[in-house]
Amino acid sequence: MPDISSAELKERFTRDLPGVVAPERPKVQPAHNGHDSTPPAKGKKHEEGPPDLLATNDVVVLAERIPEVAVYIRDTLGFEFLTDLTAVDYLADGVIELVYRFLHLEGGAPLALKTRVPRERAVVPSITPFWPGADLQEREAFDLYGVDFPGHPNLKRVYMWDEFEGFPMRKDFPKQGDKYLGDGEE
Amino acid sequence: MLKTQELQINIGPQHPSTHGVFRLVVTVDGETIVDLKPVFGYLHRNHEQLAEVSTYIQMMPFTDRLDYFNSMANNFGLAIAVEKLAGIEVPQRANYIRVLMAELTRILNHAAAVAFMINDMGAWQTPLAFGMREREKILDLFEMASGARMMCNYFRFGGIVRDLPPDFMPLLNDLMKALPTFFDETERLLRENEILLLRSEGVGILPKEVAASYSVTGPVLRASGVPYDVRKAEPYSVYNELDFDVPIGSVGDIYDRFLVRIEEMRQSYRIVQQVIERLPDTTGGHINPAMASIGKQKALKPPVGDVYGRVETPKGELGFYIVSDGSARPYRYKVRAPSFINLTPIGDMCRGHKVADVVVILGSIDIVLGEVDR
Repeated sequence: MPDISSAELKERFTRDLPGVVAPERPKVQPAHNGHDSTPPAKGKKHEEGPPDLLATNDVVVLAERIPEVAVYIRDTLGFEFLTDLTAVDYLADGVIELVYRFLHLEGGAPLALKTRVPRERAVVPSITPFWPGADLQEREAFDLYGVDFPGHPNLKRVYMWDEFEGFPMRKDFPKQGDKYLGDGEE
Repeated sequence: MLKTQELQINIGPQHPSTHGVFRLVVTVDGETIVDLKPVFGYLHRNHEQLAEVSTYIQMMPFTDRLDYFNSMANNFGLAIAVEKLAGIEVPQRANYIRVLMAELTRILNHAAAVAFMINDMGAWQTPLAFGMREREKILDLFEMASGARMMCNYFRFGGIVRDLPPDFMPLLNDLMKALPTFFDETERLLRENEILLLRSEGVGILPKEVAASYSVTGPVLRASGVPYDVRKAEPYSVYNELDFDVPIGSVGDIYDRFLVRIEEMRQSYRIVQQVIERLPDTTGGHINPAMASIGKQKALKPPVGDVYGRVETPKGELGFYIVSDGSARPYRYKVRAPSFINLTPIGDMCRGHKVADVVVILGSIDIVLGEVDR
């Protein structure tokens, strides 16, 4: 099966699933990128403005329509395999991005699909009912990033213990001196 | 009136058959498994967050600790991902040496995996010693090349840390003479042993369609009859120049996983043969001159962007997702660990079998907790 490019995928989505592709982000002004409240860590870098990490060629879809898109990718586009599911915390932009990667078993490069949710309300419907392979990976994203996946059959922490508070992979999780390590330097 | 009750028991975390600190919460009805849930994280050390505070090259030795049986294969994965992100070329000779190491790793992993699986069935220690004997010989080669037996840290971005020492080839040739006998012996041990057949045939079946939807990779997926191998699906390094087959099973039971691993060792042997033939004629050094010093490795700052690089390790598809913000440290570094994802269908595989089968099914998935827990 031929690989599908991001532009092509976007076209298919616009045609078959109207409104699923997330609207274009407004061009971010470096000064308003959330960095002004914190002192610049690297002086020279800050003058040029931080790099726009959210600029991407991959298709970004709306989080609430992820299950629909996942089913479309499986049934209409014929992808058989979900290889990877990852969360990334973009603290400066206030979003958590989820990256899904689908494959054809015959070969070819994986298809990346992204969705973005606000950090304080990180809710993405689970795709585990349609892609059972997402089970442990969604639990991992929940455990380390605090992304809630309504519809997941067993959304429990997978690495940290159940009573653990906070989400350790978030960029604002203290690297030192949290309640589990005792008094360290902040 | 008599009644029966289901019982929940824990296998592990401290249990000799769990291949590390790993717990299986098993609900049993008598001896029969009703439900099974894996519980892990006892070895979690937040490998991914370590990356966010380390430079790219500092992660190379950490990848050794993921799947500590196959440090070379893990190095390969990180190197492929970062080279893709930063656009670093790898000389031909370095590529062939990388493939040589990756395939030797596959042989040693499968030798140990098959041996441990037989061990889990109760053939205590003797078959394990056979597998370990071959593994030791390969580890000697690794020690010669990299200086370490298990934590090799041999790959660098743009090549490998140093070329093969002069004594390497003679020792490798000796090993190549001994290996076919070992493959045949191991296969005979399985095919002719009635106990092994009884314990493995029809046990822990993972049907073809289910296997793909559960995202399992590596020998577990191939034993179910899906010929998916990253080396063929998206060839990296020099795999498209090499001739090898992807063995598949038909039923997807423990027995098939066994046979697929043995056949994969033979295919890796074929690849190593081809590499030995071609290695003297390869061009280029062991590393791209632009990356040849540790200073240059440390100063590596890939451009802003993200990348997903993947390789076929002996356990399955190992992927590295890296987001770079243009600094010397990755903004996000995620490992798609094959052992971790291969555990997804374990509940389905065990349901309806006996408690003693759980141990063998777990052995046939071939997990390493360093990679599961990260």
